[in-house]
Amino acid sequence: MGIRERLSGNEAVATAMKQINPDVVAAFPITPSTEIPQYFSTFVSNGTVDTEFVAVESEHSAMSACIGAEAAGGRAMTATSANGLSYMWEMIYIASSLRLPIVMSLVNRAVSGPLNIHNDHSDAMGVRDSGWIMLFSENNQEAYDNLVMAHRIAENKDVLLPLMVCQDGFITSHSIENIELIEDDKVKEFVGKYNPEHYLLNAKEPIAIGPLDVQHYLFEHKYQQAEAMRNAKKVILEVAKDFEKMTGRKYSFFEEYKMEDAEIAVVCMNSTAGTTKTVVDDLRNKGVKAGMVKVRVFRPFPAEEIALVLGNLKAVAIMDKSDSLNAAGGALFEDVVSSMYVAKKQVPAVSYVYGIGGRDTTSKDIEEVYTNLQEIAKTGNIDNPYRYVGLRK
Amino acid sequence: MAYNLKEVMANKPSRLTAGHRMCAGCGAPPVARMILRALKPEDHAVISNATGCMEVSTFMYPYTAWTDSFIHTAFENAASTCSGVEAAYKSMKRQGKLPQDQTTKFITFGGDGGTYDIGLQSLSGAMERGHDMVYVCYDNGAYMNTGIQRSSATPKFADTTTSPAGSVIPGKMQSRKDLTEVMASHHLPYVAQTIAYMNFKDLYEKAEKAIYTEGPCFLNVLSPCPRGWGYPTDMLMEINKLAVETCYWPLYEVENGKYKITYKPAKKLPIEEFLRPQKRFKHMFKPGNEWMLEEFQKEVDKRWEALLALEEMSNKE
Repeated sequence: MGIRERLSGNEAVATAMKQINPDVVAAFPITPSTEIPQYFSTFVSNGTVDTEFVAVESEHSAMSACIGAEAAGGRAMTATSANGLSYMWEMIYIASSLRLPIVMSLVNRAVSGPLNIHNDHSDAMGVRDSGWIMLFSENNQEAYDNLVMAHRIAENKDVLLPLMVCQDGFITSHSIENIELIEDDKVKEFVGKYNPEHYLLNAKEPIAIGPLDVQHYLFEHKYQQAEAMRNAKKVILEVAKDFEKMTGRKYSFFEEYKMEDAEIAVVCMNSTAGTTKTVVDDLRNKGVKAGMVKVRVFRPFPAEEIALVLGNLKAVAIMDKSDSLNAAGGALFEDVVSSMYVAKKQVPAVSYVYGIGGRDTTSKDIEEVYTNLQEIAKTGNIDNPYRYVGLRK
Repeated sequence: MAYNLKEVMANKPSRLTAGHRMCAGCGAPPVARMILRALKPEDHAVISNATGCMEVSTFMYPYTAWTDSFIHTAFENAASTCSGVEAAYKSMKRQGKLPQDQTTKFITFGGDGGTYDIGLQSLSGAMERGHDMVYVCYDNGAYMNTGIQRSSATPKFADTTTSPAGSVIPGKMQSRKDLTEVMASHHLPYVAQTIAYMNFKDLYEKAEKAIYTEGPCFLNVLSPCPRGWGYPTDMLMEINKLAVETCYWPLYEVENGKYKITYKPAKKLPIEEFLRPQKRFKHMFKPGNEWMLEEFQKEVDKRWEALLALEEMSNKE
């Protein structure tokens, strides 16, 4: 039986990090993730953890130091948001190409500009092709659980990829909610020891990391990275199974909410799922066959699985909390519709961009989406597949 | 024990092996080899390297010229990458995750582009945080790896591909940044400026001191580039000598705030001696351009006098 607590998303993440007790944490303050290194440095100051905390001078150096620490043979963790992630961007790709299972907590916030400190997913979407495993979390509990599962996935020999756990800035990171924590010793046992095969601090076997990798090799190395990402799917499910045994909490690639007989559905990520579930419940009470799919594993993208779940709907709306500014729909929308196309599932689909820069997304907004879906389901007509909800006219 | 080149060469094999692809006449490989020779043979080292000539020509997949552990990640972050490795070492050693008898030393190499310019923030951060590491800048005074573009280490009037000596603008119009002084202002336990000269004694002794002084240490080593400077490849050591004898590149160290000039030329040579053999300064010797030589000399004199004053001032009881 777990420990019942009330924590904010950031507190939940910091607690998981304390229980994981990594060798190195390197981080730089940026709203709304700042609290994570704040809480964590308190654990360091009070000797609660064995971690070396590196208070770097920038996020670029945060990721560089994490790369150094992980390559050295240690477990390295960090946390950031928005521009911090943008500033890391170069090193994000290098971390994954060096196959270093660094774990990061990303507290999602709008990337400048103009400057806005509030939640959307533009930061995460900027690194969606970087070779990181990306897990999204509806609430503090999921942010915590995802982090506890993170190292087991990232460090698996068939994977060896960095992993980020996303949660919505302020909405999740700063709201205090009930949470069930796992006992310290159980987390320790679940996460296990990190035993890298090759590492810089092995004096008996000096290695060189990060070569000039020219035409003869880079293609194959990128293929290996892609293979690792494909392998991650299996590992994510295996780890989730073990996690369920320990906690009773079930995780998969995505959560299906009232999808068994659904005719219309919304696909979304993170905290919006909570609002959407309420709307689905209301619609169900009115006899509307509404459902929801909440994507937890965004990278690797569960293409076949999602096509299977959505394939028999009469209409689907895919919600993106980030505008790809490509005149062709949001990133999640594109992934979902291409998955369905490849699986030969022709479901009328619309892209909704919403909640940009922390614009509040109310149940009314979500209702509007479902109302439009009902219309599409009835007529099959989509006059404009690229839509906005919550945008002032 | 007094320094003896023959003994060092005989007893300490090079930890950067032959077969790397650096140019003939390049100043960097002898510097790297000598610095690594300053390690105790029984000590393990992790080398962190910024993107640049040294990195691309010593570690081209699947071959490496480094016998110690080595990491390269990007251009501007060799110092912060090293700081992460060092932090892991501290943490893992403390937790008993590494053999207790293992001693690992941390040495970073970056060119002037990766140190004076794009890597300055990362360097400053790592030094301020006090990591137990040595940062070595091999300063060849321009972005040589990308084709001789000016950096903040490029001396005034030098002809580079982004400060070409033209008919209106005669080369780089700004003076060189004094990075050694910037690092001295970090109040580190040990900061030194050195070069491969006089049997490598100055370089070796300073490297040894930097490696075995606890805390963050910085070495700035002038490393001529035959391609960028325009000198015959067999003239490397002569160029090094002239850099020192003209006081263009003073050899000194700052140990816990105390300055010590480790070599004072008996007779300071005029700066022309250093400039003339280098094609990058050719235009300075055209009739009508004497003012450039005068100005260059004045700048060298000013910096040398300032250094002498710092030495005197910091050693006053």
